[in-house]
Amino acid sequence: MLLVPCPNCGPRNAADLSYNGESRPRPDPQTCSPEEWRTYLYLRDNPSGWLVESWYCSSGCRKHFTIERHTLTGELRTPILPGSKPGATKGSTK
Amino acid sequence: MNHRLPPADGEVLDRTKALTFTWNGKKLEGFEGDTITSALMANGHHIIGRSMKYHRPRGVLTADFWDPNTTVQVGDEPNVRASHRKLEAGMQVVAQNVWPSLSFDIKAANGLVGRFLTAGFYYKTFMKPAALWPRYEHVLAKFAPGGEVDLDTPHGRYDKRFAHPDVVVAGGGPAGLSAAIAAAEAGSSVMLVEHEHHVGGHLLWGTEEDRARVADLTAAALAAGVEILTNSTVTGRYEDNWIAILQRNHPGVVERLIKARAKTLVVAAGTIERPYVFEGNDLPGVMTSGAVRRLITMYGVKPGKQAVVFSANESGEAAIDDLRRAGVSIARVVDALTGERIVSTKGSKKRVKEVLLEDGAKIKCDLVVTAVGWTTPTSLLNMAGDRPVYDADAARFFPSGAPDNVLATGGMVGDGSLDDLIEHGRVTGELAAGRAAVVRHRLQVATARAETVDEAEPGYLADERTPLDRWPHPELFRASTHGIVDYSEDVSSKDLYSAAAEGFDSVELIKRFTTATMGPSQGKLETVNTVAVLAQARGDSIGDVGTTVWRPPYAPISLGALAGRINEPTRLSVIQPWHEANGATPILAGQWVRPDHYGDPLSEVRNTRENVGIIDVTPLGKLDLQGPDVANLLSLLYTNKWMQLPIGSVRYGIMCAEDGVVLDDGVTARLDEEHYLMTTTSSGAARIWSWIEMWLQTERPEWQVHVTPVTTGLTSINIAGPKSRALLGRLTDIDLDNEAFPYMRVRQGLIAGIEQCIAWRIGFTGELSYEIHVPSGHGLAVWERLLAEGADLGVKPFGLEAQRIMRLEKGHFIVGQDTDGLSKAPVTGLDPLLKFDKDDWAGLPEVRWSLESGDHPVIVACQPDDRSIVPEEAAQILRSGTTEIVGRITSSRMSPTLERSICLAQVSKEFADAGTSLEVLLVDGRRITATVIEHHAHFDPEGERLRG
Ligand SMILES: [Zn+2]
Repeated sequence: MLLVPCPNCGPRNAADLSYNGESRPRPDPQTCSPEEWRTYLYLRDNPSGWLVESWYCSSGCRKHFTIERHTLTGELRTPILPGSKPGATKGSTK
Repeated sequence: MNHRLPPADGEVLDRTKALTFTWNGKKLEGFEGDTITSALMANGHHIIGRSMKYHRPRGVLTADFWDPNTTVQVGDEPNVRASHRKLEAGMQVVAQNVWPSLSFDIKAANGLVGRFLTAGFYYKTFMKPAALWPRYEHVLAKFAPGGEVDLDTPHGRYDKRFAHPDVVVAGGGPAGLSAAIAAAEAGSSVMLVEHEHHVGGHLLWGTEEDRARVADLTAAALAAGVEILTNSTVTGRYEDNWIAILQRNHPGVVERLIKARAKTLVVAAGTIERPYVFEGNDLPGVMTSGAVRRLITMYGVKPGKQAVVFSANESGEAAIDDLRRAGVSIARVVDALTGERIVSTKGSKKRVKEVLLEDGAKIKCDLVVTAVGWTTPTSLLNMAGDRPVYDADAARFFPSGAPDNVLATGGMVGDGSLDDLIEHGRVTGELAAGRAAVVRHRLQVATARAETVDEAEPGYLADERTPLDRWPHPELFRASTHGIVDYSEDVSSKDLYSAAAEGFDSVELIKRFTTATMGPSQGKLETVNTVAVLAQARGDSIGDVGTTVWRPPYAPISLGALAGRINEPTRLSVIQPWHEANGATPILAGQWVRPDHYGDPLSEVRNTRENVGIIDVTPLGKLDLQGPDVANLLSLLYTNKWMQLPIGSVRYGIMCAEDGVVLDDGVTARLDEEHYLMTTTSSGAARIWSWIEMWLQTERPEWQVHVTPVTTGLTSINIAGPKSRALLGRLTDIDLDNEAFPYMRVRQGLIAGIEQCIAWRIGFTGELSYEIHVPSGHGLAVWERLLAEGADLGVKPFGLEAQRIMRLEKGHFIVGQDTDGLSKAPVTGLDPLLKFDKDDWAGLPEVRWSLESGDHPVIVACQPDDRSIVPEEAAQILRSGTTEIVGRITSSRMSPTLERSICLAQVSKEFADAGTSLEVLLVDGRRITATVIEHHAHFDPEGERLRG
C-alpha cells in the first residue's frame, strides 16, 4: 500500500485517505459544451509517468492536497496544498 | 511396522510426549514435534494422498511446507498441509481425494485406461454444448480435489496486527539470522519471519556443528532484540514496503495477518530443491534429498530400506551419509557429475520398486532420492519489481535487482561456505539498517513539527557488498522419459510438449492452458521445470523462455486471516438504551442502530396521525456552518436559491453531483446572520461534509466558511401529529403560535429547561411537526420529559418504519431509494427547485441538458387497482402486454391511513401523467395494474395538516 504524505498528518497509509486522482479544471457551467463538461467529468490522461493527483485526508485532518507521483514507480515529489507553492511543505519518504 | 529411528542429535521430537491420533480411523502414535507426515511415515504409512486428476497414489516428496501431495483433512478442517502441520493429540486425520479408500481408489483406474484428462482438458471438453454444463458439473464434482467443508464448523478467531519495524527479514536461515542480528545491532527494530517451525534453514538437517551455529545465531538474535516469528510467512510485498505476514502460531487465534510497514525488507528465502522429471517420478518412495535429510535428522524417520541416490551436488552426498546412518542400504549412487542418468522407475500401485539407468542397469529399491539442483524463490523480489535472470552455469535463476529498500541475501543470490553466507547476511543487515535509518529520519521529519527533529539526515549507504560466488551445477531438469512436472495439478512434461505443439509456447500461456504452477505450491517446485521442459519443447534456451511473473501471495492465506475480526463499529443515539428497554426492534440503517418499530408500526402511524408521536432522528446528518460565505456555499451546492433566506427560516433543497445525479437532500436553517444549520440524509452525513470541504478547499478557497459536523453533538427528536403543538408547548418558552412560528421557520430557546435548543417546523410525516435539536447530553432527559408530559395527549414513540410509511403517504422521495446513481435532478419532478438563473451550482449543466432533452424517467406516485396488493419494491413496470421495462416500483407499503397499498415509482415520461395505468410485474409472475395519481402525495396533497 502506498504511503501518502499528507502535509498535515505526515505519511499515512493510502487507505486512510481518499483518492481523487488527476484533477481537471472546471469549465464555465454557463458556456461549456457537453464535450467540455464531460471531459472534465470523465476523461483522464492516465499517464504512465509523472502525474499530479489529488488526495483527501478523509480519516485524518480532512485536507485536500495534491502530490506528484510517478504512476509506474510510485516515486513521489513534494506534496502541495491547494493554493500553496510546490516545495512549501515537507519532503516525501520515497 | 515401526520406521522410527533411535533418538539422535538434531531431532525436533520430544519422545517423552507420545501423541495418539487416528489415520483414516486407525489409531496411531507419534511424538510431540512430529509433523503429520513424519508420524505417518514412522508408522509405515507412506501413501498420504491421491493426485488430483489421475488419483495416483502419492507420498512425501519434499517433507516441508511445499510438499505437493500431502494435503489431508484434520477433523473438520480440509486441505491441511500434512508435511508442515505439527501433530496434536487426538487429531483425526483423513486422506483427501480418495474413494472408496486410500489404498484402493476407483478413480485411479482413469489414469490406467487412458489419459483423457490431457492438457487443456477443461477448456476443450466442456466448452460445448452449453446445455450439458449441468451434467459436466455433476461429473466433475466427483473428481474435485480437496477435503470436505463442514458447514457447522464454528467460526475460528482470526486477528490482525499492524507493525512498524525498521527491517523485516524474510527467511530464518543462516544469512537471514545474520542479517537480522546485524540490523538490530545497528539500531534497527527487526522482525525475522521464518515459514517453517524453526529458524536455521538447511542447518537444521546438517551437522552437529551446524546446529550449534543455529543456537548461537538464535541467541544473538534474541539478545539483539530481534522479534522472531516462526511458522509465519511473508506472503506479499507491496508499494512502499507494505509487507503482509501470515502468522500461523499466534496463541488464541487460528491465524493472524500482520501488516508491517518496513523501512527495509531483506529477502533471505534460501533455495528450494527441484524435483527431477522422469517416468514414475511421482511414485511414493521418490523424494528429494532434502526430504530424506529432514525425515532422518529432524523427525527420526527411516524413509526406506534400499535407496538409489541420483546426485549432482553436496546435498545428495549428505543425503547418502544420512541414509547410511539411518541404516538404509544404498543400492546405487547414480553420479550425475560423471554423466550417469536415471531413465525411469517402475513400481507397484503403492511404491517404487525398481530404477532403470541409462547404462541399462535395473536396480531394485524402495526409495529413489534425487539431488538435481535448486530453485530460487524470488517471489518477494519480483513483487518489488525484480525480474530474475537465468544463469546456465549455475543452473538456476538469480535476482537481477530490486528497489533500494529491498535487499536479497543468502542462497538466493549465490553460493558459499556457511561463513560466507553468514558474512553476506551480516553486511546486508548493516546495509538494511543504514537505509532504514534514512527512511526513519525522513518519516520523522515529515510527521513531526520541524522543531522536534534537529539531527541531520543520515548518509545514504551505497550497496558495496561483495557478491557471493555462483557454484557451477549441471542443468538437470528432465530425463529421457516424461514424468510429472506439477504434482499438485497432475501436469506432465508430455502435457507441456503437446501444449507447446498446439501453440501455447509462451510460459504465461502454457501456465494458464495446462494449469502447471497454479496449484497449492504456487510454482515453488514446478516453475523452473516447466520453463525447462518448455525450452526443450521449443528447442530454446531457458533464458529465452524466461519465467512467469510471481504474484502475491507467496503462500496461501485463509479468507479468515484476510477478514480478521468482525470489526464494524455501529453508532448509537443517546436514546438508544431507552429504545431497547422499551421494546424497540433494532434495525441497522447505515452505521446507525435505530428503532425500526416498538411492536406495531401501523398503530404508531395511526397514533401519530391522530394524537402525537415522537421519533428519535439523531442520525440525521447535521452540519454547523458559519461565516460570511455560507449563503454562497449553499447557493453553489443546492439547486435552488439561498441568497435571500431570512434569519429564522428553514428551506428544503436538493444537491446534485457534477454529473447532475441527485446526491442528497435536506433542510437548512438560517439561525443568525452568518450562522446556519444544515441537515443531510442520515447516510449522506459524512459524504456531504467531505463534499463541502472539497468545494471550499479546491474550487472556492477564498470563501470563508467554517464547517463543523454536529450530528452526534445534537440529539434530534421529531414531534409530529395534531397534538404536537400542545405537547411541545408544555416544555418550551418558544412561542408556538402559528402566526409567531409558522411552517418552515426555525426558533431557538429553552426546551425542558435546556438552553440553546433549536426547533423548526417541517413536514416529512405530513403532520404538524416540530423537529427539536438539543445538546446530546440532555437528549435522553428531553425524550423522557416529552413522554411524561404528553401522556394525556396520547404521545407514543414511533420508529423508522412508521416514519417511512408516513413519508410515503406524503410522497416524499428518499435519495438512494427512490433515486439511484442514474437519477438526475429532473427525475424528482421538483423542477421549480432547479434554478437556472443562478450563475452556477454543482451539476448545473447536466441538469439543464437533461431537462432540455426531456429524455429522463420521473418519479410518480401510483396506487395498485387492487388495494390489497403491495408490490415488491424494485418490481418491474412493463409496457402493457410486453416485456419492455418502462419503470420500477421504488417504494411500496400498505397505508394504514388510507387502508390501501401505495407506491412511488420511477417511470418513463410517457407513463407519468395522472390516470395512466401501469402494468406491474410481481415477483411471483403475476401482472397487476396500478394507476398514477396526480400528486406525489397520497394523503393531504394540499398540506393543510402540516401548516395548521
Ligand atoms: Zn492529514
